[in-house]
Amino acid sequence: MATPGAKIKFREPQIEMAHGAGGKASRRLVEGLFAPLLFGAAPGPLGDAAQVQINGTRIAMTTDSFVVKPLRFPGGSIGELAINGTVNDLAVSGARAEAIVVTYVLEAGLSTVILEAEVRAMAAAADKAGVRIAGGDTKVVEHGKADLMYITTAGVGRFIPNVSISPDSVRSGDKVLLSGPIGDHGVTILLARGELDLEAEIQSDSRSVLPLVEAVVQAVGPAVHWMRDPTRGGVATSLNELARDCGCAVALFEEQIPLRDAVRGACELLGLDPLHIANEGQFLAVVSADQADAALAALRAAPGGGEARIIGEIREQPPACVFVTTTYGGARMVDMLVGDPLPRIC
Amino acid sequence: MCLAIPGKIVELDATSANQAVVDVVGVRRKVDLGLLQDESIQPGDWVLIHVGFAMSKISEADAAEQMRILAILGESEAAMQEVRGYGLEDEKHLNRQQGSGP
Amino acid sequence: MKYVDEFRAPELIAKAGEEIRRLADPARHYRIMEVCGGHTHAIYRFGLKDLLPSNVELIHGPGCPVCVLPMGRIDDGLSLTAKPDFIFAAFGDMMRVPGTHGSPLEYKARGMDVRIVYSPSDALKLARLNPDKHVMFFAIGFETTAPSTALTILRAKLEGLHNFSVFCNHVTIIPAIRAILDSPDMRLDGFVGPGHVSTVIGCRPYEWIAKDEGKPVVVSGFEPLDILQSIVMLLRQLRDGVATVENQYKRVVPWDGNRAALRAMAEVFELRSYFEWRGLGFISQSALKIRSVYAEWDAEQRFVVPGVRVTDPKAAQCGEVLKGVLKPSQCKLFGRECTPETPVGALMVSSEGSCAAQYNYQHHRPVSIANAVAL
Repeated sequence: MATPGAKIKFREPQIEMAHGAGGKASRRLVEGLFAPLLFGAAPGPLGDAAQVQINGTRIAMTTDSFVVKPLRFPGGSIGELAINGTVNDLAVSGARAEAIVVTYVLEAGLSTVILEAEVRAMAAAADKAGVRIAGGDTKVVEHGKADLMYITTAGVGRFIPNVSISPDSVRSGDKVLLSGPIGDHGVTILLARGELDLEAEIQSDSRSVLPLVEAVVQAVGPAVHWMRDPTRGGVATSLNELARDCGCAVALFEEQIPLRDAVRGACELLGLDPLHIANEGQFLAVVSADQADAALAALRAAPGGGEARIIGEIREQPPACVFVTTTYGGARMVDMLVGDPLPRIC
Repeated sequence: MCLAIPGKIVELDATSANQAVVDVVGVRRKVDLGLLQDESIQPGDWVLIHVGFAMSKISEADAAEQMRILAILGESEAAMQEVRGYGLEDEKHLNRQQGSGP
Repeated sequence: MKYVDEFRAPELIAKAGEEIRRLADPARHYRIMEVCGGHTHAIYRFGLKDLLPSNVELIHGPGCPVCVLPMGRIDDGLSLTAKPDFIFAAFGDMMRVPGTHGSPLEYKARGMDVRIVYSPSDALKLARLNPDKHVMFFAIGFETTAPSTALTILRAKLEGLHNFSVFCNHVTIIPAIRAILDSPDMRLDGFVGPGHVSTVIGCRPYEWIAKDEGKPVVVSGFEPLDILQSIVMLLRQLRDGVATVENQYKRVVPWDGNRAALRAMAEVFELRSYFEWRGLGFISQSALKIRSVYAEWDAEQRFVVPGVRVTDPKAAQCGEVLKGVLKPSQCKLFGRECTPETPVGALMVSSEGSCAAQYNYQHHRPVSIANAVAL
């Protein structure tokens, strides 16, 4: 139950951009302010979707908001992100999205042409993902607010049978699977903002990962211990959350992490770490060691899963830590993101 | 102060001296050649890029020599001295010294 | 990636590691300083310390232009954002550096016009595109970056763009190295020289370190093989009891430097008689200012700034860490009050600052290599 009288641990005097970046600052805000007041005494680890019991049936519920700038970018737009992001949150929680409701917050002065394009994109994405848009709401705010358009969604879905995901079930020796190349979305957005004057054949990877999740789950079911979609904050942030929640170590093998050449080039040029960059069409799965190869084979056989890899494994030491090893024996720790990734020259 | 990346010049700007386009595994960026104005830079040349400026032309020969030296690290010191004395061109002699094929 | 991947070849890295272990005399403890923040970053990123024997110690030097920038200078630059129609442009590295009233990103979140640029020419482009606004480029960096700023000012003059200025914080590397060597607590055996600074200044400026101080210097590239090969070359010199300057980064560094770059710098900049380095104090002839003939493009000559000196809290031991006297973890504030999210001193703000690098990459030192690599 919500506990309006609860004590909060969030001490910062004002909200900064970092609080929305998906890394440590975001976590402090959620765990320190929202969770104690809204989620009750013992909320447990925070996942991508919530479980709700209605008349004995377990359903999954999730919500998300989309404030991306620019609205359109190579490979997608805010409308598609909204649908795929919601479907994906449910998918990595082990649920099939059944219905989504959508709120549009629109800036006065927004051209109808732009709005129509987004709504069409959203409709097309919903159709492709096989999810119903059940309703929505609209608000209009003054010119200068809402960056043209903000979209919020709420999605509900049914849990896929034979799936039971929890950080508690993660064991030392489990393998970490990644569905495909990372960094495409975040780099696309960075370049689309135009400030850095780079041109590259990179586009957002925005897509529903439900078919891929279903392929893995169908193949190995209860061997899947944990899943997450590495959106804002990237793979590093998602795996750090896992490491924290289960107290384990996550060892990644650098040469196994799939990366497109152009994303790699942009990251080297700008001094960015691909592990910290947002993805909108990938997911991570932690699978028990004896079923990992089967899970990978199923993923690779599924359309769009051809570039999946086993990128690491769970270990006991050092606790609550994510690190990357190189083939020549070097290792470095990978921490959760502090704020958004920024290009550097030094 | 130090993030600089090798890139290939793919296009010289016809309208503006000292401007070119450089390619880094498929990522393209305009680059200023003003610091290399004493050299002749052509498409196909590789340069070191830092903050959008080309700092130096990369020497293929020096890079290759370095790789050769690195490949025989750990051979006896005497063999290495001798090999360096013979220079880059003598590929065959290099292989004979190492006792292995290419 | 050409000229990158070859220098990351695992078999060659293993070979270089073996050669280092072979050369390192077990009776000696080697303290080698890598001057450049880019090397600090690379060493951590590639986990190179794991490949070195325990008696070869790498000390991180002061070559991090963000780290050595006094907070008062950031405050000065940011104070100008209050002006109407004013754009503050800087590299991404500067965006999270805290001033007294917040970092550039925080100023941006409060509604000031703060932009990230990849190049000073991007800042000039902003001026071209926004004739009704003034664009000020907050310039940082050593000699690697200063020539690009110089050329940009020359272009601004050529194009007659008067809505552009530079707030110049460029510093020079040699005085910093001198300050390190003058420090009484210092004991160093040799230097890994800053490869990209050297593309501009060449290798000659380091000759006094070898001749007068008797310490070998190897000018090094930034890939794992470059750094390891440079350590091999230093260990060979130390074994043979010689001290010279060697150029490991031949494919990119000309011995005499880049004349066009040096000309551009000499045309636009002159040395300040002294400049404050955060953690190191005032060092004479160590920083650049824009010549008065280019005053039009010098933000310090066009605008009035508070010019207040902000000192670091006494508990922060940035100076000793910068000089390599203390390891980051030996500073009392490390990992406690001072973390990358709540930096007290500048070495924690920049990702190439030794404290941030250690915190981010090695805070929990992964267990032995054997475990780490076992598949």
